[in-house]
Amino acid sequence: MSQSHSDTQAGDASAFDMGQFHQVFFEETVEHLDNMEMLLLGIDLDAPDAEDLNAIFRAAHSIKGGSGTFGFQDLAEVTHELETLLDRVRKQELSMTREMVDALLASRDVLGGLLGRHRGNGDGVPAEVIAELVARLRELAAGTKSGGEAAQAAAVAGRKIVIECGPIEADAPPELRERLTAALAGLAQQGSPTIEHDGAVLRAGVTTLAGDEEIRESLGFVIDPARVTIVNIAAAGTPAPAADPGYGFFDDAPASAAAAPGTGEAKDPGYGFFDALPAQPAGAAATDAPQGPPRSYGRRATDAPDVVEAKAGRRGHDRNLVAAQSDATTIRVGVDKVDQLINLVGELVITQAMLVQKVNDVDAVQQQKLLNGMVDLERNTRDLQETVMSIRMMPMAFVFNRFPRMLRDLAAKLGKQIELKTVGEQTELDKGVIEKISDPMTHLVRNAVDHGIELPEARIAAGKPAQGTLTLSASHQGGNIVIEVADDGAGLSRDRILAKAMERGLTVNDAMSDQEVFQLIFEAGFSTAETVTDVSGRGVGMDVVKRNIHALGGRVEIHSTAGRGTCITVRLPLTLAILDGLSVSVGGEMFIVPLTYIVESLQPAAAEVRTVSGRGRVVQVRGEYLPLVALHEVFGLRPEVTEVHKGIVVILETEGRKTALFVDALVGQHQVVIKSLESNYRRVQGVSGATIMGDGRVALILDAVAIARDMQAAMAEAA
Amino acid sequence: MTQAAVHAGAAPGAVMAAQANNEYLTFTLGKEEYGIEILKVQEIRGYEAVTRIANAPQFIKGVVNLRGIIVPIVDMRIKFNLGEANYDQFTVVIILNVAERVVGMVVDGVSDVIQLAAERIRPAPDFSSSSFDTKYITGLGTMDDRMLILVDIEKLMSGSDMALMEQATLQ
Repeated sequence: MSQSHSDTQAGDASAFDMGQFHQVFFEETVEHLDNMEMLLLGIDLDAPDAEDLNAIFRAAHSIKGGSGTFGFQDLAEVTHELETLLDRVRKQELSMTREMVDALLASRDVLGGLLGRHRGNGDGVPAEVIAELVARLRELAAGTKSGGEAAQAAAVAGRKIVIECGPIEADAPPELRERLTAALAGLAQQGSPTIEHDGAVLRAGVTTLAGDEEIRESLGFVIDPARVTIVNIAAAGTPAPAADPGYGFFDDAPASAAAAPGTGEAKDPGYGFFDALPAQPAGAAATDAPQGPPRSYGRRATDAPDVVEAKAGRRGHDRNLVAAQSDATTIRVGVDKVDQLINLVGELVITQAMLVQKVNDVDAVQQQKLLNGMVDLERNTRDLQETVMSIRMMPMAFVFNRFPRMLRDLAAKLGKQIELKTVGEQTELDKGVIEKISDPMTHLVRNAVDHGIELPEARIAAGKPAQGTLTLSASHQGGNIVIEVADDGAGLSRDRILAKAMERGLTVNDAMSDQEVFQLIFEAGFSTAETVTDVSGRGVGMDVVKRNIHALGGRVEIHSTAGRGTCITVRLPLTLAILDGLSVSVGGEMFIVPLTYIVESLQPAAAEVRTVSGRGRVVQVRGEYLPLVALHEVFGLRPEVTEVHKGIVVILETEGRKTALFVDALVGQHQVVIKSLESNYRRVQGVSGATIMGDGRVALILDAVAIARDMQAAMAEAA
Repeated sequence: MTQAAVHAGAAPGAVMAAQANNEYLTFTLGKEEYGIEILKVQEIRGYEAVTRIANAPQFIKGVVNLRGIIVPIVDMRIKFNLGEANYDQFTVVIILNVAERVVGMVVDGVSDVIQLAAERIRPAPDFSSSSFDTKYITGLGTMDDRMLILVDIEKLMSGSDMALMEQATLQ
């Protein structure tokens, strides 16, 4: 085979591989960016955590490495500047400032935009924005710490020094040197000091954050501070004293440079003494990149315990413990594979249920082993199902994590001071729910910030702290997840909502309960905000929130006290794949009514069912007249019961209205696995999906909202 | 078969495709015999109780649970008004894999799997009056003294008159 041929092959192969890896790179980069943002927002400017700074640097470094490898020059260019700046910050040559955080956050957005363009969504970022950002980053990276304090800090921070202690008297006890060694080790920031004894003088090369005074003080317990000489070697701009090149341990400069090849950090080759130090940060980052994020990556840290616990088949224990040491391995698996697994397990459960039914008839004495086997099978199937379902579970942190940034921007824009508290980020729910809950949550948070929390002056006037608090919490309650968005702002004004409702011609009265009044804000186009801002107030949104949450099978409740704040509670099912339903029978067919829509079921007296203008029928339930829908009419079935008072009426509440659904009989309450009808058939009016019952037959799940809506439309037409 | 095996070394894909292309599953509807491409057939099952779907055309019997997938069942005998639509233990359902969907189709009986060389397939005459729109018929095949109506089952099942799929999704 010719050389050129094999070259072509290799070229083809690498092109193919690249394409395959692009997706992974994109995903990882998004993770790095998110992680970077999270760390940036969490940073304490007065005392930045060195580990956090390192993590931010590593994130930028990994992105740069990846984008270089895959030929995304624009990404690499921006990250290069980012890295330069972060590197100086990380090495304590610059201190983190608010402007830096702003610039870093801005670059995170730019990188996100660039990435979006490479992924084929979004328009990317205009070149001038990038140029401006790069200039800003360069400027910041070139900057020095301002003022004497900063200069001192630069001289002190993480510097490499040689401490000379001595002369030590010849008659000093031998343990003095040991104690001195220990004290020097205590000062060392990284690694252990290199100690040399030069006659009466003890000389140590140390990397330390401690200032000269501090060093003298700590050594002062051992030796007279006057006898301590501190020689700076590597602090910025401090040349090593040329007079004493013969410290002996510094003379192997070329070797040290060679020891850290390609790190580009061996700027101080004169001090081979320290060769481990400059190599270390770059080396760490370099090894991190191919191996994936190191343990300190917050997002991984929350990922990992889930996987671990999924394997263990249990949830909700010792999360913190696991999160703290999340070196656990994770693998990326396509969601379709997981869904296939869930489907197969669902099948297994049905088969197992069928077997149980068959086995019920066998002789328990003769077939004892079979029956024991069935018990085992049942238990294992249940565990397997739980485990497989938990694979799709993700912590709420995925939703909550986007809010610190949003809140920061919103607060700045609105001139408000807001503190965000999150509780229960580790609460898990289905990936599908997570994806769909993000937008409604964003709306709720925006609303709380814009309308709920007042301006600092107003808060102080009301006797509250200037800084408002927004609390996001998530928790499990039974089979539901409860998410709360609570603020300590002005609260909802019942009177204003009522006035607004009357103005808009809604049927309201003063006797309505607070809960009913507050629900009015979910009406389309309803806003009591006095001014429309570009954040919210247009009255678009809250109705969408409610609709989205209903579509997920959830509910929204509002609790509010004027002047004290508002709490919006969202209740959601844990997973989209399973639904709590009431099975009803009509004309020999079985239907599932989602439990979230059911208020009650009852058998009305004959006198309580009336007709209206000879067409529609209504049922009187505790003084309310509810429109009646006969399910057999909706589906064209021949019912076993034709008179309403002999059958059962299920009261549904959809979109704030109640409808009575007439069925033959109630069968039972089940948790059913939702299957799509549309994957092989088409959408059917009045049906939201299908499920497979214990006997293997298919039952349709009613679309309560559509049925009620059709009914109302028909009534309106008849009227 | 042996020939195919010999050629397989040279261009396996091409031979397989050619071979599969002219293999047909034949079934009967009334007195007529039909043939469909074997690759579209997933499996053949007996008829089992279906769950009815409201407001669907009469030939859509309903849906069944096929190992966890909800599959619609179409009765071709009702659709084309051929044979008698009675359901017993001999009623056969051909499960098809068409247009990335799974659909079951009730027929009178499944005959066999045959190979038809291209020269044995004649173009179908135009019967505009037939219930079977000619656009779904790819040709007429002869097998001894039998005549096979070869149907493009994918096109038929995804066509608008089967009402099986949302038309918007097909465009």
